[in-house]
Order: sequence, then C-alpha cells, then structure tokens
Amino acid sequence: MVNGNPIIEGFIEAIELIIALDPQVVEITIRSLYVSLTATFFAALIALPIGAFIYFYDFRGKHAVVSLLQTLYALPTVIVGLVMFLMLSNIGPFGFLRLLYTPGGMIVTQTVLIIPLLMGLTVSALSGIDRDKRYTITALGASRLQTIMTIISEARFAVMAGVLLGFGRAIAEVGSVMIVGGNIRGATRVLTTAITLNTSMANYSLSIALGIILLSVALGVNIALSLVQRR
Amino acid sequence: MAIIEAHGIRKSYGSLLALHDVDLTVGEGEILALIGPSGSGKSTLLRVLDLIEPADEGRLSVFGIEVASERGSWLDLRRRMGMLFQRPIVFNASVYDNVAMGLRYRRASGEEIDRRVKEALEAVGLSRYIKSRATDLSGGEQQRVALSRVLVTDPEILFLDEPTANLDPTSTATIEEIVMRLNREAGMTVLISTHDLAQGQRLAHRVGVMIEGTIAQTGASSDVFRAPKDRRIARFVGVQNIIPGRVVSRTEGLTTVEAGGRQILSATPPPADEVEIVIRGEDVSLHRREPMHEEAENLFPAMVTRIEPAAPFVNVTISCGCDLVALVTARRGDALGLREGMGVWISLQAKAVHLIPLTGH
Repeated sequence: MVNGNPIIEGFIEAIELIIALDPQVVEITIRSLYVSLTATFFAALIALPIGAFIYFYDFRGKHAVVSLLQTLYALPTVIVGLVMFLMLSNIGPFGFLRLLYTPGGMIVTQTVLIIPLLMGLTVSALSGIDRDKRYTITALGASRLQTIMTIISEARFAVMAGVLLGFGRAIAEVGSVMIVGGNIRGATRVLTTAITLNTSMANYSLSIALGIILLSVALGVNIALSLVQRR
Repeated sequence: MAIIEAHGIRKSYGSLLALHDVDLTVGEGEILALIGPSGSGKSTLLRVLDLIEPADEGRLSVFGIEVASERGSWLDLRRRMGMLFQRPIVFNASVYDNVAMGLRYRRASGEEIDRRVKEALEAVGLSRYIKSRATDLSGGEQQRVALSRVLVTDPEILFLDEPTANLDPTSTATIEEIVMRLNREAGMTVLISTHDLAQGQRLAHRVGVMIEGTIAQTGASSDVFRAPKDRRIARFVGVQNIIPGRVVSRTEGLTTVEAGGRQILSATPPPADEVEIVIRGEDVSLHRREPMHEEAENLFPAMVTRIEPAAPFVNVTISCGCDLVALVTARRGDALGLREGMGVWISLQAKAVHLIPLTGH
C-alpha cells in the first residue's frame, strides 16, 4: 500500500540523495553553513564587546537598552529582510556595495539579525555572575581590568551558549535571506530557501533531504549547547 | 595602635538605610566579633571597611590612611586585606587556579605562586584536590578553598563574614582554629561577623553588637552578655527577663526597684527613674523551702506557673508579683520535684540584676 505514496517515496529518495552526496544538496548545505557561520562570527565580534561594555559601564538609559535588546530577540525576520533589502538595493544608501542577491548580502543580513540576540545574551551571561562573586574578586585585590577579565572568563560557557543560540537562529532563518538573497540557484540558495521552493514545486525528496540536514545541524547545535551548559 | 578607625559611617541602598552612625575602632592584632541579628548591617559594614564599597558619609581610616581623600590608593590598601564570605564562593576552574587568583592579581612570580598555593592547600588539608575542579567539591571543602585563597595573600586584616554559617562542625572547627592560630602567631587582625553568640565569645577579644544598622554596644563579651545597654541588645543576647519597674531608693551601693508590687535589689546605679530590670534566667536560683544561709540580696517566695523543657535545661516560669523565667538544669529540676502550682523560694544576687532605662518600645 505504500507504493505510490509520494511522502514515503520522497523520504526514501531523500536518504539516497544524502548518502550519494548529491552535488546540489552538498552545495546548498555548504553555502548555508558558510553564510551562517560567517554571520555568527561577525555578529560575535561586534556583539560580545558591546554586550560586555553595556554590562560593565553604568550609563543613563542602560535599563532601556537591555529591554530593547530583549524585545529585538523576537524581531520578525521578514522585517529585517525588508529593511536590509532597502538598504542594499540600488535606491538605498549601501546600494553601491552591490551586495543585493549575493552571499555577502545574506551574511550582512544574518549578522544584523542576530546581533541583538548575542548582545542581550552576553549581558545576561555576565549578569549571571552573582554579587558575592564580584565582591570576592574585588576583595582578592583585582584591578578594574583584572575584574573584567575574571568575570568574562567565569561567564565564558554562558557566552558560548549565547553564540550557539545565535548560530541556530541564523541557519534556521528563511524570511530575510529569501528577500535579500533572492534564492538564486548556485548563488544564494540555502537550506531554508531551497526547502521552501522545492516544496512549492512538489519536489518533496529534495526538500526532505535538505530538511533532514537542517534538523541535524540544529541537533548538533543543541548537543554542543548542552555540553557547554553542563560545564 | 588602631588599624581601623571609623566615625559616623552611613550607607544606604536606594531608600534602604543599611548603616548609620557607626563608630568603631579596631586595634592591631585584635579579634573583634560583630554579632547581631540577620539584616543588622554586619556584612555591609565589613564590605565598607574592606573598601569593597564606599560609605555614603563618615570618616574611615585604614592602616592610618584616610581613605576618603585617597581613592587612588584603595587597590593597594585592599591588597593588604582579605575577606571570606558567608556563602562558599569558588570559580569555575581548578582548585589550584582558585587559590592562585589573589597572587596572580598581585603579579607574583610563577614559582612563588606554585610554592604558596601548595603550602596553603596543605594547611587546610586539601592537597589531594589540587587539580580538581573547585565547583565539584562539597560546601565545606569549597569554603576551605576560599579561605586558603585569602590566606595565600598574607592579609594584615582578615574579614570573615559569617564564615561558618552553612558549614558542618568539622569544617567550622578547622576554620576557627586556623584563624586563631594566625592571629596568635602572625598577629593578624581579624574582624568576624556572626549571629552565633557562642562563636563570638569563643574567638573574639571583644564583641560589638550590631542592631538595626549601627553598633549598639562594644566591650568584652561577658559585659555584653551580663550588662546589655538596652532592650534590643538584651533580647539579642538571650535575656529571658525584661521587666518594667520604678526606682524607689539608692543606698549603700544597692538600688531598690519596685516591680509588680515587689522590691528587688540591684547593684546597678539607677540609669533613670523608670527602668527595665534585666535578669538572665540562669541567674535565678530555685529552692524548695526558704534557704537559711543564702547570701543573695533578693530572696522571696513564688509559685511555679509553667514548666517548659529545653534540653538539657528546663525553663521554669514563676510568679512572684511579676513573672520571672528561671533556667535550671533538667537534673536540678528533677531534684526539686518541680510541678506547676507548687510554691518555691527564689534567690537572686543583686549583681545579677541589671537595670536599663525604660524606652518606648
């Protein structure tokens, strides 16, 4: 009775595509990892120092900034896509960079998307170092710089967990890379946009194959996260 | 010589007043215990004295240096002191790295760090855990790691903020012993806060009682226990009897106070006309019949109204115009054949009757 069921057939074909390392599947997976890993790297480069700065320095409106960051965690990705599209398009201020419909543009978009998340999680990771620990560091005779370094080192696993969550959000995201990247075959097609397209074209086997890969990446991130959090 | 001098220290967190009008002098080589109920400001005061937090107002000098005008020297001053906190605090690193922290902050050489960390862990009996992750140890072991982390830096003043509140008796004894030895042998000045009266008595040369954000009384622990200055201190040091009365006369070194229609003699000079009589339960002696050769100045018949076991003692409430609580050993209680409603005689030395001025509350 299973014969002829497109879902079962699609699933079997999908396994075959993965095992046979189908060039299209491999190419899309590698691009997806490249875009999201690069975006996570740049986002971390920007967000971690700024997050630490927000935590360590008292300034007016600090509370508001932290609340704003937490609100931006839930920023709809299509809104980011739309704004970045307008910025990068020919009519926008960064049109001259010619980044629209390129992997570069997608990296910039994902970077912008996860910066608030990384910044917010960095602040809360550092806030997780309780008052008594900070008193202890001060009482042991740490200078201002030594205090900051000790707190960051103590929060390292929580910060790493934040970076992993950021990567998870970047690679699973579809709306903004669709708008900014354009889902061009062989150029800007990534796991999520390929699944969207192939599903709408009833090309289930490819969709399922890419879905399994995306799920494995998410699973991998989760395993890494629990390893980090157990420390 | 005074190593710490504080005058009029005041500190608040928002609308919460944590410390006010704190005056305190600590001599070099002294062990001073701050005792007081939770929330009385002991921890805050220790942090202010250790220069972890600045006071809002008041003058503070440490090692003879006025700290208010010398903000730049706080780090150097702080590095001559050390503090152990109530909750065992260890960092997510090896025991070795935990103990080395203070020395690394002071930029000690690798060799020196190695030698001193090993010595310090030896002293607290944790050498076998040198490579373990500190967060894996038990609470008592973590607190010993925290203590050796402070001691490797050779502090001239050691602050201990309820250091044994959460610990088992063995770890408590180890920590107390180390602190006493360092004070005796190295002349380390020690300030310890505790809500454990017995610990304060055991360790300290002098105690300061903190009540509601200020130091209400300082002195030898026996003075504070026998002659508390006011009602709140009396309550905190466990006085069972605080009875309002009125001073009637003063003759030959004895004050006569009337309370509940009975005249009680006290050796305390009258502090006011309206007073409160402070009597520790263990100073009240019970007898089955009128004692013939009793030297106590106060001697009168009374009736037992309530018997309450508090092993190894018995709290006996007796009525003699006013209610008094006597603390007798369970054995003595049996020997007297105590039961509710029976008549007894009580004797009480005038020296054991302390007087404080009557206050509003």
